[in-house]
Amino acid sequence: MADPVKLTIDGQAVQAAPGTLVINAAKEAGIPIPAFCYYDGLALQAACRMCLVEVEKTPKLQVACTLPVAEGMVVHTDSPAVQQARKGTLEFLLTNHPLDCPVCDKGGECELQDMVFRYGAGESRYREEKIHVDEKQWSPIVFYDAPRCILCYRCVRICGEGLGVSALGVGNRGAAAEIVPNGGDHLECDECGACIDICPVGALTSGTYRYKTRPWEMEHVGTICTHCSNGCKTTLGIRNGNIIRANNRDRSGINGEFLCIKGRYAFDFNEHPDRLTMPLVRQNGELKPVSWAIALATVAKKFLELRAKKGRFGVLGSTRTSNEENFVLQKFARRILNTNNIDHHRTGDLPALLDALSGRTDALATMGELYTAKAALVIDSDLAQEQPLIAFQLRANWRHHKAHVYVVSPGPVREDSYAETVRAGLGQEFEALETLREKLAKEPELTILFGAAIKGDAVRRLVAFGDSLGIPVKYVCLVDYSNSRGASDMGLLPDLAPGYEAVPEPGLNYDQILSDGALDAVWIVGTNPAARQPLAFSNTFVVVQDLFLTETARQADVVLPAASAYEKTGTVTSVTGEIQKLSRAAKTMGAKPDLDIFQLLAKEMREDLGTVKPESVFREISESVKGYNVSFPVIETGQAIPTYPINGRVAFRPEPELIRPAENTLFTSGTLGRYSEMLNSVLESPGALYRDPIRDTGIRVGSVTQETQTTAPVDKPQ
Amino acid sequence: MTFSPELEERFSKLLNSYPPGRTRSAVVPMLLYAQDEIGRVSQELVEEVARRCGVTPLQVDEVIGYYSMLHRKPLGKFHVQVCTNICCQVVGGEDLYHHASSMLGVGNKQVTNDGLISLEEVECMGACSWAPAIQINYDFHHRVTPERFDQLIAALRDGSYKQRAS
Amino acid sequence: MIYNEPSPLETKIISQRWTMENSAAIDTYLATDGYVAIRKALEMTPEAIIEELKASSLRGRGGAGFPTGLKWSFVPRNSGKPSYIICNSDESEPGTCKDRLLMENDPHQMIEGMLIAGWTIKSNKGYVFIRGEYRYLIPIVDKAIAEAYERGYLGKNILGSGWDFDLYTHTGAGAYECGEESALLESLEGKRGIPRLKPPFPAVVGAFQCPTILNNCETFSAVPVILRNGGAWFAGLGTPKNGGTRLLCISGHINNPGVYELPLGFPFEQLLNEVCGGMRNGKKLKAVIPGGSSAPVLTAEEVQGLLLDYDSIAKLKSMAGSGGIVILDEDTDIVAVALRTIKFYAHESCGWCIPCREGTTWLKKILTRFHAGFGQQSDIELIGELANNMLGRTFCALGDAAAMPTTGFITKFRSEFEAYLAKNHLTLEDTTPELVAIEAH
Ligand SMILES: Cc1cc2nc3c(=O)[nH]c(=O)nc-3n(C[C@H](O)[C@H](O)[C@H](O)COP(=O)(O)O)c2cc1C
Ligand code: SF4
Ligand code: FES
Repeated sequence: MADPVKLTIDGQAVQAAPGTLVINAAKEAGIPIPAFCYYDGLALQAACRMCLVEVEKTPKLQVACTLPVAEGMVVHTDSPAVQQARKGTLEFLLTNHPLDCPVCDKGGECELQDMVFRYGAGESRYREEKIHVDEKQWSPIVFYDAPRCILCYRCVRICGEGLGVSALGVGNRGAAAEIVPNGGDHLECDECGACIDICPVGALTSGTYRYKTRPWEMEHVGTICTHCSNGCKTTLGIRNGNIIRANNRDRSGINGEFLCIKGRYAFDFNEHPDRLTMPLVRQNGELKPVSWAIALATVAKKFLELRAKKGRFGVLGSTRTSNEENFVLQKFARRILNTNNIDHHRTGDLPALLDALSGRTDALATMGELYTAKAALVIDSDLAQEQPLIAFQLRANWRHHKAHVYVVSPGPVREDSYAETVRAGLGQEFEALETLREKLAKEPELTILFGAAIKGDAVRRLVAFGDSLGIPVKYVCLVDYSNSRGASDMGLLPDLAPGYEAVPEPGLNYDQILSDGALDAVWIVGTNPAARQPLAFSNTFVVVQDLFLTETARQADVVLPAASAYEKTGTVTSVTGEIQKLSRAAKTMGAKPDLDIFQLLAKEMREDLGTVKPESVFREISESVKGYNVSFPVIETGQAIPTYPINGRVAFRPEPELIRPAENTLFTSGTLGRYSEMLNSVLESPGALYRDPIRDTGIRVGSVTQETQTTAPVDKPQ
Repeated sequence: MTFSPELEERFSKLLNSYPPGRTRSAVVPMLLYAQDEIGRVSQELVEEVARRCGVTPLQVDEVIGYYSMLHRKPLGKFHVQVCTNICCQVVGGEDLYHHASSMLGVGNKQVTNDGLISLEEVECMGACSWAPAIQINYDFHHRVTPERFDQLIAALRDGSYKQRAS
Repeated sequence: MIYNEPSPLETKIISQRWTMENSAAIDTYLATDGYVAIRKALEMTPEAIIEELKASSLRGRGGAGFPTGLKWSFVPRNSGKPSYIICNSDESEPGTCKDRLLMENDPHQMIEGMLIAGWTIKSNKGYVFIRGEYRYLIPIVDKAIAEAYERGYLGKNILGSGWDFDLYTHTGAGAYECGEESALLESLEGKRGIPRLKPPFPAVVGAFQCPTILNNCETFSAVPVILRNGGAWFAGLGTPKNGGTRLLCISGHINNPGVYELPLGFPFEQLLNEVCGGMRNGKKLKAVIPGGSSAPVLTAEEVQGLLLDYDSIAKLKSMAGSGGIVILDEDTDIVAVALRTIKFYAHESCGWCIPCREGTTWLKKILTRFHAGFGQQSDIELIGELANNMLGRTFCALGDAAAMPTTGFITKFRSEFEAYLAKNHLTLEDTTPELVAIEAH
């Protein structure tokens, strides 16, 4: 590490690493310098001129957002000249601004409003006409109001540099300059909404949130997105028990402020009118609403009856329910229903990976490490569609740290624009890997991420390949659902109990449970197998717990309305193993968290599951499940802790045929997604036909920025 | 999209004139040269240029909005540009522009009904010492008086105007 | 073609061939010492060439007047990257029309200057960036380039030196800002002409992110004669630190406006009365814009005894800029000129940074209203303050280029602005912004 640079800011002695920008050195020292266009991690612009400071011995005011610290530099951030300059800039900014704060969505959390309040533009001397331009709707999600726009280019950069989508640009010039979408009059993009959240003013607003409420009328609850395995933290804005918006502006959580369309906007399934609010029991062939008491009694009675005559049970757990719920469900199945016939929809071969890695620690990469790893290799996964946060992390790693990314994929993927790609059909992966061997072996370290196509034996072969490189290698098994990892870790498996402990007599697996036909009872929690395969139930008593009357629920004898992830407390485990906390944000009348349902049912069956509070179940998990011995208070405060992989052989029953990817895209989320009006409207909009130009033509859009923390110019190749 | 053989040849020279992998550099010249031939920048042209230069249509769009000589709307067969910047202004450039506008019966960036002539008030074109100046397509005309202007327009109308530059 | 009669008082050096028949043809060029300098240069070390340029005290003719030799010496010569030579023929500064003549009448001279630059830094590629409005020059310059290839002055193994150099034309499409060197480089890369953050300067990170020599067309055109006759000879033509001759573009209320080549330090009065034949219609001189529209205006008193070189004009807090000199007589409506000037900058602001984008637009609106007869006393102060709020605070020099002349007009001709107020037929209170807007058009 080079010696720190010593300088003085507002009379305070400050030290900073060489290359640190004055704006950041000041921030470290507790001296805020106002800025609009400067944004951590994005290319330097020096466009807004809000951050001007006075540097002794320099005649002109200097732009703090691009000025590196220098030895002996004396900076004034609050001198009369600086104050005057800020006022002047704000006065300029407000000339064409409509000043419609009372009706603007951003009112109350607008950076321009705050700046004017703090640094003052006083009374405007502007008496001329303002240019009016009509607001435009670019997609179901994105609206743009040009007069409010201050042209800080944050949106353009987050879309291009951050996401690699480059759907936004700048049109016209001078005072007529404005942000323009790639489809001419509409957007063809991921609809992630990052542009909206990064906008410091109310120029970009979202179709979901527009004119719904004022920021101060909401309560904010941080929880974990329920749509995919990446485990993004999403902060839900709640008013009267309803979710009004989602974002992650405080950058807490493993995702920073990243969210995809699902994390930001697809919370609306929660209030879909089709949500089940009463249990249903089949009477005379028809599902009829009944009270919880009747429904639970019906199930309990039947379960007890069947258990008494040694009936055969099958249980399918969910990949979206919490660890606590999964843990309790398998306990219920194994202890109360006396069966190992329990499974879940597996999307990756985790047991095979853990087995192949036995004997080593620290071989599973975390989400944070994907941003710092020197090199990464992605096999058979279209990350941008299926693993959005991982795609973002790897891209940011490449942008900020020049990480080398390698891709082996059967078709074009977005990473192609910056990665070294080898096209290889499914099954041809290992031949492709050999062509990369020499380069990979030269890397100081490597993280290998693999999709569902690598399963069973191939996983062992992959680990052997990793070993043969002679460098430290970590792995990520790319599972798909929000708690796929937790379902596996918590033993929703016929052959493995929580922590991948072998069970003496493995039970029926997922396909067997669904096709057996001769099971006496099947209990399906939070999953919709009927959407994928026919259910061979004849004389079977079927209980389904879900949010909606799914294809599966329609075939049930009893349907129990379950709470969504946004309506419960508990923990989930991300694809990269971080345990994070779900916090109850919303409430749907009549639905109950699955954990409550299990407890009530056990009680009704006069069985004791112990105290079934999420916290106490978690304690039990952390005491008994390998890898989950983590600090609860840390998770409780909203932070993520990685689980530690078990360190020993896994006596699993290889069943690679059961590994099936979820095949969700950015705009789908299985059955849940069908109930999101927002996702549906996007799917129906012209933007959904979007052919990713980057994937289709290999055009390199979106800039390769050099390390954005230096004054190095923003490198903008082709 | 197909262009004249001459233009195609120019394009292929153009694309080869930049360092390897820098075909994006050809965007602005290609747009201008194609506009010279087809009269405007159409959406089809945007996509064609994007394809040939290996960029996205948005990247072409951004460029079109920026450069004042690129026009999405069709211009007249003869685009008449009158400079009113200071050097022309002080020797009658603004009066000349107003004269042109009333004589042609069109305003700034408008086209005569017959599609023959379009008028534009422009910034300094580099004829300051020989002001006031106008350009007809790419031909400069210096020290233009209203009378001279009328003669030029008459020549455009009766077909006797000889275009010099292309 | 030339568009005005030369003056016998001119020192014709870089414009020496303009009046020759077929002046643009390579044979004309070769018959008049053409491509002698590159032969000489090929025998010289880069250091020696740069020393010669330094000795010539040649300063950039594009506007900023930066010493050319020094600029070339900043280019790293072992970066391991390719390097480029860029000729700035974007000539868009109002008042300036000399590069056009250089390219039309003597393109080989510019090409030879670029060649010498190329050899100095062992570059293999160069581009002549020509503004879109000069579209007619492209075939002319292309033809000259083709001739030079034919005779072995461009292409592979130039004159048996083993060194290759390719040259191309590249057109702009209407944007003053693309004359700013880093915006030009963005434009050359097929993008919007938005200036780049500096440092690094183009010498180090320029065209295609590589080391680059970027000079004005006239600057390059002066290089061959400097190598032929020596830096000291060139320097001796001008005044200390202001070497050589330069092309002055004279416009406005004079009898013989035109482009004239004169030594630096040429007396203003002599230019006005002898070279340009005095004021038109016997009017009195009111003001002079000495270096393109970005240069603050000088009053008739200020230009008395003025010598036309960089440093003398800078002493008057204006600048020699691009060599465009606008002569304004006693009848000139300064408010109208100020308005037209700011309209230009508002039209040409790229829009990247707030002070320039909003400042030029606001000033344009105030001056439009003022000029239409709706001015107020407080507007005069406001115009000055807004210009001050732009000055030194914009991303690139266009903001300054807009603020400086505005400040100049309002301070030096304040009385004319006040006289406008007296003529007002309405006050702002009587009217609505809509009416103002209509009136103003
Ligand atoms: C707004 C702006 C416009 C400019 N326009 C031109 C121009 O049209 N031609 C030119 O040669 N230089 C122009 N310049 C100056 C260039 O940035 C640069 O200094 C010059 O081309 C360098 O060449 P020189 O050292 O030979 O003068 C402009 C600068 C600014 C700030
Ligand atoms: S000063 Fe700012 S807006 Fe103006 S041209 Fe330069 S960068 Fe663009
Ligand atoms: S933060 Fe915008 S110019 Fe520095």
